[in-house]
Amino acid sequence: MSTNVATQGTSRIGVETRMYFRAPDTLFFTFLFPFVMLAIFTAAFSAAGEVGPPGAEISMGAMYLPAMIASGIFLSGVQNLSIDIALEKSNGTLKRLGGTPLSPVAYFVGKIGQVFVTGTLQALLLILAGWLVLGIDLPTEPEKWFTFVWVFVLGLTTCALIGIALSALPRSGKSAAAVVIPIALILQFISGVYLQWSMLPDWLQNIASVFPLKWIAQGMRSVFLPEGWEALEQNESWNLPGIAIALLVWLVVGLVLSRLTFRWIRRDA
Amino acid sequence: MRSTPTDVAVRIRGLRKVYGGFAAVDGIDLDIHHGETFALLGPNGAGKSTTVEILEGYRSRTAGEVDVLGVDPAHGGRDWKSRLGIVLQSGGETGLLTVREVLRHFAGLYPNPRPVDEVIAAVGLEAKANTRVAKLSGGQQRRVDVALGIVGRPELLFLDEPTTGFDPEARQQFWELIRSLKAEGTTILLTTHYLDEAAQLADRAGVIAAGRLLDVGGIDEIGGEAARVPLVRWTDAAGEPHEERTDEPGLLVASVVAELGREPDGLEIVRPTLEDVYLDLVRSVTAIDGTTVGADDIAGAVGSQEAVA
Repeated sequence: MSTNVATQGTSRIGVETRMYFRAPDTLFFTFLFPFVMLAIFTAAFSAAGEVGPPGAEISMGAMYLPAMIASGIFLSGVQNLSIDIALEKSNGTLKRLGGTPLSPVAYFVGKIGQVFVTGTLQALLLILAGWLVLGIDLPTEPEKWFTFVWVFVLGLTTCALIGIALSALPRSGKSAAAVVIPIALILQFISGVYLQWSMLPDWLQNIASVFPLKWIAQGMRSVFLPEGWEALEQNESWNLPGIAIALLVWLVVGLVLSRLTFRWIRRDA
Repeated sequence: MRSTPTDVAVRIRGLRKVYGGFAAVDGIDLDIHHGETFALLGPNGAGKSTTVEILEGYRSRTAGEVDVLGVDPAHGGRDWKSRLGIVLQSGGETGLLTVREVLRHFAGLYPNPRPVDEVIAAVGLEAKANTRVAKLSGGQQRRVDVALGIVGRPELLFLDEPTTGFDPEARQQFWELIRSLKAEGTTILLTTHYLDEAAQLADRAGVIAAGRLLDVGGIDEIGGEAARVPLVRWTDAAGEPHEERTDEPGLLVASVVAELGREPDGLEIVRPTLEDVYLDLVRSVTAIDGTTVGADDIAGAVGSQEAVA
């Protein structure tokens, strides 16, 4: 009898999280990047003063906080896992694990667990930084925090699964970052993360709506932006049911694709 | 020799693996008994790695029967894998964890692992237990690979070129480790380029070339009696070199001395080592086939569609 999947999975979460924080490049490009961008945007646009619809003006920092939380979810799931797993495929880690009684389920529990541990810590620290350093008012209504929790959990799970699926794309570990980072950057630009959503033309908004990041960012804006900002969204509404449906569809897509594409060994290994 | 799967740890019958029309493994029959150390020898691309990876469950086979610890590796599940230890030619990248962390983690995957500190001591890495694997030397990292292969207390241990990059002392220590595993009853399948290593460790050996098993036998039987007959070399009075195989080298030398009436020039009596026997065997095949094409290289180029789900 091999050890059970729950024990193996817990053990995987431990080593995965340890390795995450010991790798300088993931620490910077995944964990710290949203903090860096929040600081840069806040500083760069500080001269613009307050922005937003009349009666609901907020600081630039407050506008960028939900965007950077969404960015963190996306990076922690998609960028982190796709590069990480592509590297593990090419450097022999997966082959070695494939020769042990490790259950593939436990392997993924470890990956998704790592995404949740690091992603949650990242989001909490972003919110704390926004509150304590930038003096941003946080929502007080419980239903806003309820929305935060489900958008966060659904968004992060979906992103983790897409990351696993996307790891099949790079031909080698070396090319993984070069394949994944441009995709992640473009999506962040067109999904209302780096650029204010309402500034984007309709056609670009429609393209972004195909992908999950737009919906995560919209969900986070609904939590952290004051009443009145929904007028700047598509159809002038936060459209929470739309967010749930879009993310659930991508969750299923990610699940099916990762199930179909994952192998312990690269096909041409 | 006929045997049922339960008598042997590994049973192979008519194994073939074809990559795009090229037979990397071309009809191999082999039994490896419980508790024995078996060395699989052969030049690069002979089909060694392909054969071993089929046994490990990493590759599918084109034809033939394979039975490893009573299970067909193509359908080997987690319980089966927990009875194996696999030391691959190149280990994975676990460099961000310390030696103890990575061993503790792997130990946790097996139902009845060896104590982690015992394994660290067995591979001689006590002083490096809390060092990240990435900071170790190549030879030390190789010892971590070996430690990961044995931490699960395997019944059957696959060692693929285990001592590449070891210094002579580390190599001796490693051999001691393998002997102790063997003493505990572990069955070991060793592939190596070092013939002295095979001679030191293995009970039996098989020589593989061009996808076929040329010979199988005890370390001191392989290649047949004739290949081991001592060789006497000398130069006669006319400066002509002579070479003769004989079971009675002493008598031959005595007659040469008697004939010359003095000490012969360039006198040598050579007892063929495993390496000499091996090279003779492999050369005989390369002479027939022209060349032993690198089967594993071709496999890589063709794209072998391998997967372990």
